Amino acid sequence: MTSASRGGAGGSSPRAMPGRGGLGGSSPRAMPGRGGLGGSSPRASTGRTSGDRLQRLLALVPYVISRQVVGLPETAAAFGVTERELIDDLNLLWCVELRAPDPYCPIDLSYEGGEIEISQAEPMDRPLRLGVDEASALLVALRMLADVGSLAESEEPGGGSALSRTIAKLEAAAGEAAAPSAQVAVQLDQIAASSVLGQLQDALARGRRVHLKYYVPGRDEATERDVDPMRLLVVEGRTYLEGWCRRAEDVRLFRADRVLGIEVLPDAAEIPRHAQPVDLDRGLYRPAPDDLRVVLELAAAGRWVAEYYPCEEVTELGDGRLRVVLRAADRRWVRRLLLGLGEDGRLAEPAALASEVSEAAGAALAQYAQPGDVFVPPGRPGA
Amino acid sequence: MSKRKTERLLSLVVCLLATDRYLTATQIRTAVPGYPDSFDAFKRMFERDKEELRELGIPLETGAAGEEEPGYRIPRQVYMLPDIRLAPDEAAVLAVAARVWRQAELAGAAAGALLKLRAAGVDAEEAVRPGIEPRLLAGEASFSALWEAVRDRRPVTFCYRAAGRSEPQRRQLEPWGVVNRRGRWYVAGHDTARDATRVFRLSRIEGPVEFTGPPGSVIVPAGQDVRELVADWDSAPPPPQQTAVLRVRPGAGFGLRRRALRQRPGPDGWDEVEVPFGETGWFAGHLASFGPDVVVAEPADLRDAVITRLKGALA
Repeated sequence: MTSASRGGAGGSSPRAMPGRGGLGGSSPRAMPGRGGLGGSSPRASTGRTSGDRLQRLLALVPYVISRQVVGLPETAAAFGVTERELIDDLNLLWCVELRAPDPYCPIDLSYEGGEIEISQAEPMDRPLRLGVDEASALLVALRMLADVGSLAESEEPGGGSALSRTIAKLEAAAGEAAAPSAQVAVQLDQIAASSVLGQLQDALARGRRVHLKYYVPGRDEATERDVDPMRLLVVEGRTYLEGWCRRAEDVRLFRADRVLGIEVLPDAAEIPRHAQPVDLDRGLYRPAPDDLRVVLELAAAGRWVAEYYPCEEVTELGDGRLRVVLRAADRRWVRRLLLGLGEDGRLAEPAALASEVSEAAGAALAQYAQPGDVFVPPGRPGA
Repeated sequence: MSKRKTERLLSLVVCLLATDRYLTATQIRTAVPGYPDSFDAFKRMFERDKEELRELGIPLETGAAGEEEPGYRIPRQVYMLPDIRLAPDEAAVLAVAARVWRQAELAGAAAGALLKLRAAGVDAEEAVRPGIEPRLLAGEASFSALWEAVRDRRPVTFCYRAAGRSEPQRRQLEPWGVVNRRGRWYVAGHDTARDATRVFRLSRIEGPVEFTGPPGSVIVPAGQDVRELVADWDSAPPPPQQTAVLRVRPGAGFGLRRRALRQRPGPDGWDEVEVPFGETGWFAGHLASFGPDVVVAEPADLRDAVITRLKGALA
């Protein structure tokens, strides 16, 4: 519709708001909502960039139109704004005015009684197409989900899985913007796709307890425990079971690739009400207050430590050497790390643990020093 | 952005969406409230506004508005998101997908996409608690620039510290793709200085990534799978070709026993465990980490390497 034809509507008072009673509905400058809530809050655009608000306004109109009537609270929640900010947005939309060829207001809306309704906004009644970054973010994530395997897949005849259907629809909707997403990929570790994952998903789906034989590398131990599964996490390519560990009587994360054995038990999982799932928005690992503060000095060949473990501080010491500070729950883990690093790492703090490392290294070397201990295997390997 | 500017930009979008023909700058100035009276000041502001709309992904089209004067419009068919309807199970999947990036670099893009899809009528409820929850965590500082380079096909340069090297080196790359493998980000492409295909780990890039060419100047070879390139690079340590014969204290060394080809009780009460390995250096560190619970019988070079590690840890 052209602006010329829209302009013609000006005479028939398009600003009259349904249900606005005696609040001056025919005046073009009256606010579309209840009298007391009109007017613009100076906080409306604080903390948001210029583009954000315009994007939001452009999305708000089709959001309401596609739902016909929608409540203020649920709309504010969907857009991540306060109701106050939402009302400012609605007022701003309502105030949009074009002056040529004839003055007209292209958007007419009401939020009387807390229900938003848009009666006129034709040029912008559809959302803006997806940008490349937007399409890529969702498509890469969806393909990653597809790799994870069945996500409670509903096998409908001819319909394919929910995932593949969603990917196809999104690709179609994104059009050209979908293409660059093929150049970003997230690959998961292979072990996660094994039968362990299948059994964990089965236990989750049926609400069953599992018995795990689980390897703890920091202690070089295989542990046995019963766990009530809560959910599967796939964080940074690794798969974890989050569950209520009946041995620790707490929520624990178990890496799927360290599950040595799993049995789905006939017992129903019983997750206590107070069991707190890990808040992934705050990161996977959070050091406990009593965790050990470990300071390491690493040679260039030991820099991988800073890549593999979350460090609180990383300082370059020159010549490729690093000083890192990290938190450890278990002294045995630190001792093993230092033994493996050899001359590529030095434990600066805590000093007491440094002497434990020396003692362990000395004990290990003693095994090699005693001639009687040299073990001669009965057969050649592979012979 | 001031409220006034938001209002002006919104009016501009509505004005250009509502028109079928191209509107000249003068016509736009007349129709859209909020532009200054001085024509020069208007032109400057209008230029900035156009740029701003394009940055938001709004397709602003330029054409002849008669008498050689340029005109502008936003074609509705190009502007709008095509119709998309998702079944409840599809919307649930979408909500999980949108959370994947929540802490990572494309968080804003994922949220923006979800907003537009919701605006199209999709009800992707956040509240659904899925059985499986995939996430990427905040990654490398260089990700944003490299993704931009891959997306826009621009060559880049950066300083890179290869594994174990004491000094970083400047590298020139035509990037083909970024891949997250086992939780780590990599960029793969053509190293122009070395005239070879190369893979770089983002965590080893130091300092800023700079563009060295215009958008569209990188050609990605057809059929090139960046996942495979990164997978090959990541498994660069040779596959296990040798077998170590180890003495392992009973009850210890579970990590080794898991991968053992063979294990049996030895004459001295310890177990004799045979484990395949690839790279001696890495495996020696792994064995040394078991301390006095594991002793290498053979091969000799592995045994020597473990002794060297242990001596290093003794100091």
